[in-house]
Amino acid sequence: MPTSRLWAVDVHGRVYSLSTADQQWEHCRDAEMLFKRVTAAQQCCWGIASDNKIYLNVHACDLHIRFQEETYENQRWNPVGGFSERLLPSDRWQWSDVTGLQHQPPSSFQLPSSSWEWEGDWYVDQNFEGEPTEKEGWTYSIDFPAVYTKDKKWNSCVRRRRWLRHRRYKATDSWAEIPSQKTSLPDPISDISCGGWEITEEPRGLLCLWAVSLQGKVWFREGIYHHNPEGSLWHDISLPGEVVQISCGPGELVWAVLWEGQLIVREGVSRDNHQGTSWSMLDPPSPDVGVMHVAVGVNVVWALTKDNKVWFRRGVNSHNPRGSGWISMVGEMAMINVGLNDQVWAIGSEDRAVYFRQGVTASELSGKTWRAVAALRDGDRPHSSSSSQQSAGCYFSELHPPSALSDVESDTEKGSADEVGCYSAGIESSDQAVSDREPASVAVPQEKCVDEGGDSSTPCVDAVQTGGPVDSQWSNVDLEVPQTQQAQTGNLSDNADTCSLSSVATYTLAMEDNYGVDGHPLWAWVSGGGCSVDSHSQLNWFHSTMGTSLLAQSVQSLSLSVTAAQMATWRRQIFEQLSERTKREVDEFRHYEQAIEQCVWVKKGTMQWWRDWKPHKWIDVHFALEQFSGPEGNKDGILFVYYNYNEEKKYLHAFLNEVTILVPVLNDAKHTFAIYTPERIKKRWPIRVAAATEEEMHDWLALLSASCCDSRGIQGPPSKQAIWSITCKGDIFVSEPTPSLEAMPYPTPCDQMFWRQIGGHLRIVECNSIGIVWGIGYDHNAWVYAGGYGGGFFHGLPTCNDHVYTQTDVKSVYIYENQRWNPVTGYTNRGLPTDRYMWSDASGLHERTKTNTKPPSPQWAWVSEWAIDYGVSGGTDREGWQYAADFPAWYHGHKTMKDFVRRRRWARKCKLTTTGPWQEVPPIQLSDVTVLPCTPDSDVDVVPLWAISNKGDVLCRLGVTALTPAGTSWLHVGMDQPFQSISIGAASQVWAIARDGSAFFRGSVFPQTPAGECWYHAPSPTKQKLKQVSVGRTSVFAVDENGNLWYRKGLTPSYPQGSSWQYVSNNVRKVTVGPFDQVWIIADKVQGSHSLSRGTVCHRLGIHPLEPKGQLWDYGIGGGWDHITVRGNTMEPPPFSLSALADTSAQASGST
Amino acid sequence: MADDKDVLRDVWFGRIPACFTLNQDEETEREAEPYYLLLPRVSYLTLVTDKVKKHFLRVMRAEDVGEMWFEYEGTPLKWHYPIGVLFDLHASNSILPWSITVHFKNFPGQDLLHCMSSSVVEAHFMSSIKEADALKHKSQVVNDMQKKDHKQLWMGLQNDKFEQFWAMNRKLMEYPTEEAGFRYIPFRIYQVNGTHTSTPLILESSQGTEKRYQVVIHGIEPLMETPLQWLSEHLSHPDNFLHICVVPAPSD
Repeated sequence: MPTSRLWAVDVHGRVYSLSTADQQWEHCRDAEMLFKRVTAAQQCCWGIASDNKIYLNVHACDLHIRFQEETYENQRWNPVGGFSERLLPSDRWQWSDVTGLQHQPPSSFQLPSSSWEWEGDWYVDQNFEGEPTEKEGWTYSIDFPAVYTKDKKWNSCVRRRRWLRHRRYKATDSWAEIPSQKTSLPDPISDISCGGWEITEEPRGLLCLWAVSLQGKVWFREGIYHHNPEGSLWHDISLPGEVVQISCGPGELVWAVLWEGQLIVREGVSRDNHQGTSWSMLDPPSPDVGVMHVAVGVNVVWALTKDNKVWFRRGVNSHNPRGSGWISMVGEMAMINVGLNDQVWAIGSEDRAVYFRQGVTASELSGKTWRAVAALRDGDRPHSSSSSQQSAGCYFSELHPPSALSDVESDTEKGSADEVGCYSAGIESSDQAVSDREPASVAVPQEKCVDEGGDSSTPCVDAVQTGGPVDSQWSNVDLEVPQTQQAQTGNLSDNADTCSLSSVATYTLAMEDNYGVDGHPLWAWVSGGGCSVDSHSQLNWFHSTMGTSLLAQSVQSLSLSVTAAQMATWRRQIFEQLSERTKREVDEFRHYEQAIEQCVWVKKGTMQWWRDWKPHKWIDVHFALEQFSGPEGNKDGILFVYYNYNEEKKYLHAFLNEVTILVPVLNDAKHTFAIYTPERIKKRWPIRVAAATEEEMHDWLALLSASCCDSRGIQGPPSKQAIWSITCKGDIFVSEPTPSLEAMPYPTPCDQMFWRQIGGHLRIVECNSIGIVWGIGYDHNAWVYAGGYGGGFFHGLPTCNDHVYTQTDVKSVYIYENQRWNPVTGYTNRGLPTDRYMWSDASGLHERTKTNTKPPSPQWAWVSEWAIDYGVSGGTDREGWQYAADFPAWYHGHKTMKDFVRRRRWARKCKLTTTGPWQEVPPIQLSDVTVLPCTPDSDVDVVPLWAISNKGDVLCRLGVTALTPAGTSWLHVGMDQPFQSISIGAASQVWAIARDGSAFFRGSVFPQTPAGECWYHAPSPTKQKLKQVSVGRTSVFAVDENGNLWYRKGLTPSYPQGSSWQYVSNNVRKVTVGPFDQVWIIADKVQGSHSLSRGTVCHRLGIHPLEPKGQLWDYGIGGGWDHITVRGNTMEPPPFSLSALADTSAQASGST
Repeated sequence: MADDKDVLRDVWFGRIPACFTLNQDEETEREAEPYYLLLPRVSYLTLVTDKVKKHFLRVMRAEDVGEMWFEYEGTPLKWHYPIGVLFDLHASNSILPWSITVHFKNFPGQDLLHCMSSSVVEAHFMSSIKEADALKHKSQVVNDMQKKDHKQLWMGLQNDKFEQFWAMNRKLMEYPTEEAGFRYIPFRIYQVNGTHTSTPLILESSQGTEKRYQVVIHGIEPLMETPLQWLSEHLSHPDNFLHICVVPAPSD
């Protein structure tokens, strides 16, 4: 889980944030600024400052917010001077936008606000539809609104070129006032809420910002996108009444509270209409007491009534934004907020502590209990004098501190593990009524805990009558209020800077010394919109460690490096003593007889087996593993499947030392896995078995896996040379290469490679030979290999559980809604009898309805509802439809006369939670990654690692070494278009493929300039769009969108771009080139005994320096494979033997 | 040694070389040779001494044979303590092999439990596991197991099958991720006077003064700052208890 932050404002207006990895509130930079409210998203935080203006704090990221401005320079040819800027009167302007309708000279481009800066000056774009242009970048045409070509022809009368300039958002990590050009807000703002990031899909990064003015008007900020974080203008939203507070969820939900205490719900918020269409009114939960605060998430609404009672709204979702009913919840809160994953944060009405709602899950959205966040602020000193008494009272915000206290003490004394549950703060309801709108009733913060703690600090907060009728009428949050109060009440202490920012209940804070610095922080506002936690997250916010250990612990949690934890003294001591014990007690006595003789051990069970004969189906079988010790103490075993064939008992068996791989198989109903031997890899027909439960399957897989490794003497984590691969299910496998794997001329056949599974779930994995391994999940999150080998179904088995962490992944399941047009009713879901199912998979061959479509396997759980997917290639109309003349055809995004069918894609997200030796590298999401393949003789300290972000940015990772494989930060490498694939060769030659299918070579990549200097365009093979590239020692291979494999010819040290692409093979899905120019691919359509297999690991044979393209393919494990990397394999093949030399022709000798 | 897995293996495969000699008072037909054996530290005496019994029965008359029991330097050895505990408690500072005297008569019924078959050991072992799980998981894990799972634990111990045992035992060592560890750590503390206790005892701090006691688990002395949860997960005996011996420090 990457770290993220919870934001909060204390009663003095100071903004703090608390990292999920930390235990301390961190005071925000720009410390002099005071805020009333904040609302956070993951990438930024908005706030209303004490001057009632809105400020934006965009979190710094290695990937800058960067916007590309473009303008076109147009010229016309005339017989006298050739091409010149003199255009015909009917022509477009000399400088225009792409359509020619808008006049835009370069000088007209202004920075939107002082938060931006230019990256450089204007320059000419020399890339035209994936092809390099002439140096000046002109494209030619007969006349203006026409088709342009990059070549000048005899009839080229006009030409144009594109100028580009980038601007960058520079005001990151600081509070910047948002520009108030165009529409400024007429009155001061009193409430603010941001959300809406789930309404449209990434990478646009829409954000909706709603604001409430002091006069009760509501404003919507339009145009906030990733590249325009400040938004563009304010929209006035008409209202049925005066609003006091508003809340906007990550999805379509927007609720607001009216002055009178009713709620209004925004309707019609959609992908096309972010601000919605109308309000609908909703009565408060109890008729007498109005609502004072509301907070919405994706599927939840929480509200507080004026008596501080907490309410949960049942049955809320995007189709029914109003929900169905109120449920009263325990607790008394002053303010409530719903963050990411519908997690709930609140501020206690009495103690002003931040509370977290524990146990909120998708199935139990209302959670279980309130738990106080007990983190300290960075200014706070742990109390040494007042001992743990005060701390127990203050920091756990218990209403019954003595019990907490005793627990703490007994804990430290006996050190037992019984510490769960002691700290959860129970909130008991009390009768105290607090209302924000009636000046007469004022909240009295009761610092009971301190009182009962029995130390010197007595509660000194007086009840204060709020006076000023005008001020307090307007607002609960106004900096001026307390001053007025002070003047009126007079008897308060002389704290000049006491400014109560109390959000809902107005009260004044007196005697700040008792609480402000030393006591527990009093909070006014909290926002969890940027805090990515869920019910599984392990937070250490709830029991703060006191005294000196605090510092030590926070240091430890910050730098929890592998080696430090691993080599703790006590652990080392145990290791050492145990090996001493072995020496002392066992080593000299090995000749003694063992008390227990080893014998055969059998594990039996019942399974289902996909029978070998036709008709194939699942039949019940007995399944048994017999294990015994081999002659040299190594273990071996035989696997038996006992079945009935025509009433006759039969069995088939496999020797464990012949099993090459155990593959969990995707099946939405059964828990199945496949067992392969070399023979069965050739036939592409494994032993497929299904267990009754997931747990049983994991037991078997773990046991069989461990036994197979035992029988082959493989243990410990994978070697640095290991070959990594990934199945289409996302499971990760490694194989230990032997020198003979790449031997010439008789390499080990690839079907004999032994693969073992490593925990985790990834889509892409890349490595090099010094043990740096990076992976990318289906959700584009980046992971770095942490050195272990357990996780997944190995959990808890006596494998290595060190370096094994929780890993999650999210992917979408797609189904298609198909419709046919008929003259009477237009498009309907009544197709022709010959048509595909009206709800189907992509092929149309299988029916997939919303209700019967299950997650890919029982390990996956739905995390969203079905939603129309607009991100389909070819484009869609506003309802997501794509049109075509008939089914199986090419679809386009708009309806034409010839279209009789249409379809649209629905997507639903599902999530998997597993464990594996992977640690997340936040925050940038990636779509490709590559690590420098080190050769044994290469001497690199800092290892170049390049990646493509899921938005297409090229990134270079800094600080990657063998000891710190995760590196430190990203360096953004500028380019004019999005990329999709990247690879770095052994000599630091970087190749990349742009999304338009063209290839680029990055020049001047040296240790001093790790990001290189410029891109060289290498045109694609004719009429082919490349999609993936891999660079070895000298070879460059690329795969195009039609599955052809290409080799780059003519590469020389002085001309590293090469000259042209040479065709190698077809049916290739992915290629990986190793540090010795080994070539491995994932191939489609490989012949097996039963069918063609998709996704097969293949090895190119016959590669040597004179024949870099190799000769033929050797087929390994498959189908169902998605990814392979051999970039860590620096196993030197054995030199040619004499006989081998004799066998091969004379040319082979050149490669020794 | 690189990781915690090896600790489990080392604990499981801990062996004590023992030399069994027949008590001189036993009547034999001919002189009994001593019998040398490597005893698993985590097992129980009566479970692993079938060979010893067979060996000595060869020189004895059947009518002289009562229930076999063991003694070390005058102390009857309680079979229901793990072998490693017996050794650490009584003989940790003696020379190896551990010299154990075998008796076939005068069974000290006041000191020892009778053990007529391995099913008695099994019952003792399983009840310990259940007791431990009651402390660790309110018995939830052990109750969720089937009979065959219990059998697998026992067979794993009986046949010295590390994988077989741990394939099941790992479930007993898990705890919900949202909690920091087990509810309670099951442990037993042994002192030289022969009592064992499940209540914590306060060890005098050895700061300044001479170290008077050694705290021994599996023949080693873990540092006092070793996390208890880790200890419980890695240094527990197969019965899921931490068996801690407090023995006087060697006086030399």
